[in-house]
Amino acid sequence: MTPVLELRNVVKDFPGHRAVDEVSLRIERGGFYSLLGPSGCGKTTTLRLIGGFETPTAGDVFLNGAAVNGLKPYQRDVSTVFQSYALFPHLTALGNVEFGLRERGVAGREARALAALELVMLAGKRDRLPAQLSGGEKQRVALARSLVIEPQLLLLDEPLAALDPKLRKQMRAELKALQRKTGITFLFVTHDQEEALSMSDKLAVMNEGRIEQFGTPEDVYLRPATRFVAGFLGAINWFGAAGVRPECTRVSREAPEGVPRLRGAIESALFLGNCVHLNATLEDGGRATAEVPREQNHFQEGEAVWIHWHPADELRFE
Amino acid sequence: MTLRKWFLLPARAWMALFFAVPLAIVCGYSFLTRGDYGGVEQPWTLENLTRLADPLYLAILWRSIWIAALATLLCALLGFPLALFISRAGRRKNIWLQLVLLPFWTSFLVRTYAWLFILRDTGLVNTALARLHLISAPLPLLYNDGAVLTGLVYNFLPFFVLPMYATLERLDPALVEAASDLGARPFTTLWRVVIPVSTPGLVAGSVLVFVPCLGAYLTPDLLGGGKSVMLGNLVQNQFTTARDWPFGSAASLVLMLASALLLAALLRSRMARELM
Repeated sequence: MTPVLELRNVVKDFPGHRAVDEVSLRIERGGFYSLLGPSGCGKTTTLRLIGGFETPTAGDVFLNGAAVNGLKPYQRDVSTVFQSYALFPHLTALGNVEFGLRERGVAGREARALAALELVMLAGKRDRLPAQLSGGEKQRVALARSLVIEPQLLLLDEPLAALDPKLRKQMRAELKALQRKTGITFLFVTHDQEEALSMSDKLAVMNEGRIEQFGTPEDVYLRPATRFVAGFLGAINWFGAAGVRPECTRVSREAPEGVPRLRGAIESALFLGNCVHLNATLEDGGRATAEVPREQNHFQEGEAVWIHWHPADELRFE
Repeated sequence: MTLRKWFLLPARAWMALFFAVPLAIVCGYSFLTRGDYGGVEQPWTLENLTRLADPLYLAILWRSIWIAALATLLCALLGFPLALFISRAGRRKNIWLQLVLLPFWTSFLVRTYAWLFILRDTGLVNTALARLHLISAPLPLLYNDGAVLTGLVYNFLPFFVLPMYATLERLDPALVEAASDLGARPFTTLWRVVIPVSTPGLVAGSVLVFVPCLGAYLTPDLLGGGKSVMLGNLVQNQFTTARDWPFGSAASLVLMLASALLLAALLRSRMARELM
């Protein structure tokens, strides 16, 4: 089957720096995909190249198997939910949603726009102007405005970044449900690893303009391809060349037998509600964090301990 | 008195002395009788205002509104694309803005006189066209409404461009991208997003052009050659040659009222209220 999106060795240069460096990516129809990376890693530029707001310096962008390098945004069957939402301030919620339908000359515009507002549970605010909507509501209008034109691919540029943390978590589940309900392929850009891990069918981890790994959340978390991916997705302790996740790191008073171990001292214990983070300084000057259940936190600050782990939990990179 | 009040005192005194008092004098004069050698005399009368209802003067009022409106429209048609261009000019923005403001470095009077040299029968345009054998007799470019309009548009264009530029400059580029993303071609984006969203600048620029155009007297005087009389010229004549100060005052009162009413109507329009 033709992938809905394919990037082949895409490069984007800006004066003085290369934002996207030989990026190749294939995205199949109908899933929830994420581009994850720190700010400045080129993920937003990649999204803008797909949307048609930038043209690649080299390489090709294919939508549905057709090269779209030279096509303007209005000639591409993709739609973007902008980070700032970019709602038209002079149009009501309904007017915003109708905008794209009007351009396409679709019949039954109002009914379809209303259905889209209902999909995001905002039908009651159809006549509000953007200035009269909350951040979360603007977000939903922007989503409805893009979904209503039924694009081949929906691009979401950090759409949850401006929302408060509670609403952000709620929107994760809603976005995923929307993707499943509409069947439209979502490509979601974020710098939040928890967001990417929890929502994506597959995610691409980007760093310095390159894709470091593309795989399922389990793949990238449990089998990271590079040190960067291991460090960016979740915390990690480095014991020489071996990386060990805090949840796989153990702390004990007695010396454990038959497993790798290091001497250290408890520096602090952070109570996080569902677990405790024990921070230790190691004899060699390094530090480690162990995530332990609440009932195992019987350590004093400054107490000498053993830090150990199971060899199977080690992540190693060349 | 608080510091804030002390701070405002000079401005208040200035406004009272040089704005409120003269305005009150003009209002008062409008209801008095003319003196034989200028000035005003008793008794109080409404005659100055009723005289303005004379078809002759109503025609001048109507003409003034018409010419000012046309000048505003032309400024908008020329100024909007210019402001849009400057707002997208990147680092060269400031150069273009300076060029728009350049005419202000010379006096209004000198600039208007310059148009005389361009438009008159032996002027730049007619000489050039004659040399090219495109015309046998000079075109009547001067001393008509066209010349007045040219002068007004030339002089007041920057007053439209600047507020329009300020609004377009603040326009979120993501709005233009969103429109394009939703399938709108550049012209549709302009018509359905850029222009509606920048209405405040459009209104501000139009007001700044329309109001001074309505009261203009120098431009119609020089470029209209007295044939193209506007309300400003009528007021000027009453205070100078006609020595009818009360009638001049009444005419300027009507001019002010006309401006104020038109402004109020514009500002109350639904779109302006929503966006400002």
